[in-house]
Amino acid sequence: MTEQSIYLDNAAATRLDEKVLEAMRPCFFENYAVATSEFGYSQGLEARETLAQAREAVAAALGAEPDELIFTSGSTESSNLALKGVAKSLGMQKGNHIIISKVEDFPVLHSARALEKQGYAVDYVDVDEYGRIKPEHLEALIRDETILVSIQHGNQEIGTVQDIASIGELCKRRKVLFHTDATHTFTRIPIDVKKIPVDLITLSAHTIHGPKGIGGLYVRKDTPISKIMDGGFQEFDLRAGIENIPGAVGFAKAVDLVTAEENTRLLEMRDRVIEQVFSKIPLTTLNGHPEQRLPHNANITFHHVEGESVTLHLDMYGIAVSTGSACFSRSLEASHVMMAIGGDHERAHGSIRFTFSRYNAMEEIDFVVEKLANIIEELRRISPLGKTGGAAHDISV
Amino acid sequence: MTFPYNEIVLDHFRNPRNVGSLENPDGKATEGSPACGDMVSVYINVDQATQTITDIKFESYGCASNIATGSIITELAKGKTLEEAKHITWKEASEALGGLPPIKAHCSVLAVEGLRSAIQNYEEKHGLIADRKPTTEETVVQRLKRVMNPMKGLDMVATQLVKSIEIKDGIIRVVVDLPEDHQFAASIKEEAKERLENLWDVKQVIIEFSK
Repeated sequence: MTEQSIYLDNAAATRLDEKVLEAMRPCFFENYAVATSEFGYSQGLEARETLAQAREAVAAALGAEPDELIFTSGSTESSNLALKGVAKSLGMQKGNHIIISKVEDFPVLHSARALEKQGYAVDYVDVDEYGRIKPEHLEALIRDETILVSIQHGNQEIGTVQDIASIGELCKRRKVLFHTDATHTFTRIPIDVKKIPVDLITLSAHTIHGPKGIGGLYVRKDTPISKIMDGGFQEFDLRAGIENIPGAVGFAKAVDLVTAEENTRLLEMRDRVIEQVFSKIPLTTLNGHPEQRLPHNANITFHHVEGESVTLHLDMYGIAVSTGSACFSRSLEASHVMMAIGGDHERAHGSIRFTFSRYNAMEEIDFVVEKLANIIEELRRISPLGKTGGAAHDISV
Repeated sequence: MTFPYNEIVLDHFRNPRNVGSLENPDGKATEGSPACGDMVSVYINVDQATQTITDIKFESYGCASNIATGSIITELAKGKTLEEAKHITWKEASEALGGLPPIKAHCSVLAVEGLRSAIQNYEEKHGLIADRKPTTEETVVQRLKRVMNPMKGLDMVATQLVKSIEIKDGIIRVVVDLPEDHQFAASIKEEAKERLENLWDVKQVIIEFSK
């Protein structure tokens, strides 16, 4: 037992940066007015200006114009708006066909399923063993009725990064709208909308030391999209509701604080954990692409052990990580991402995801791997797998 | 610190009793949950004269509740007669552990199954081989009683999730009383399917949802 706590679940949520909180503070106590119309009172006009500046800053990180960025409550809302808003705007006149990948996160996956129930046809692009979509499969799936392709930028679990530039080119050539969920890549891997033909991009602040409850959707000019939540005319009439100005300001500050040096440091931690695990713990497999992956994500399967057991043991040392094991999930289903790349439960069962942030240190990595080595050894001792003469089957690795 | 399990469960998880295997055991079995991937092996030695379990070991490829249940089940079964040990239930194991979350029933029930199967293995080896009977609705019900309902911590039969069972030409069709997009629909479907698919005269298993 230890008092120390090491948080390596930064893909799920990150610690807020104090500088972000400081930037947000005036929006709670000094000028907390709603952003009024241009004919409002002074505080309202000031709030309007504050929001505009935040919008400009977040949009600039994508090379976008300020009026191409809509603030939302986070990735889930952004992706819902992207898929359902485009479908709503186009109606079924143009077509009723949507394409997503098999490794999308739940907001895209479940929005597509919801549209499927409304009569849309959804196809799922296959991925290879590393989780990269198969471009020839995507190309084959696009047809005259296709209205939208949604393929993520970086994967939430295994960290694989897709070639969105090529996917965007393909979609452009075939005159199909392209949405990408950049929740895990925004500010970590650059996207320039002037160079990459992408029409809609999902963003969130919670993965980059910003506050929870604020995200964004980039919408390229003239993209057909309608709001899906009724109310006022905020956010260019695409997202009703009082604007979350403190959130927007926090988001902009969080974007501002990410540096190239930090991303390099994260990458070094990622490579360190992979290298240490592989040198100290046998029977391990890296999940996701070895190079084309998020700088802050390592996902490793420890064969013959189950992930929830590993996370609980690590928790006792104050270490927080995540697993793709069914025993850990709210639906008791093994990770659909792990199933899509490997097709077996075993790979998901013993998978552990380490995701790093500004507040992790290299020394933490060595401590974690040292504890992990003992835990894996102990769990393998009690596992029926991988032994000779035992009753159980062996699983080839 | 806030852990997802109580102290007794954590103790059995950290220091599982009777871990390992027996050399030339009198009975052994491995039970696995196809849907969640957990697996448990149970090994027993039996005193022939008294029909009591003299030694018992287990191995687990599973989550914390699976390990803890494996551990407690070996303690509960040791010294018991085969008849007594056969009737140890998941509920008794869970109570001995001070309570397990219902959602964990499906991973922890494996240890109970493992013990029963190890006893069955012993009995089969000693001349009590079950006949190959054709699959009936009763057989299906018995199998589905091994599929846990994660909402209740009881099996899907006891919790009235089975709406109808139809057996025709080697095809079993089970209708589950849940909407198909229910949080646990996929997990229950896979588990139920795997429990029925290995029946010797069954060609196909279809699990459907009522809503």
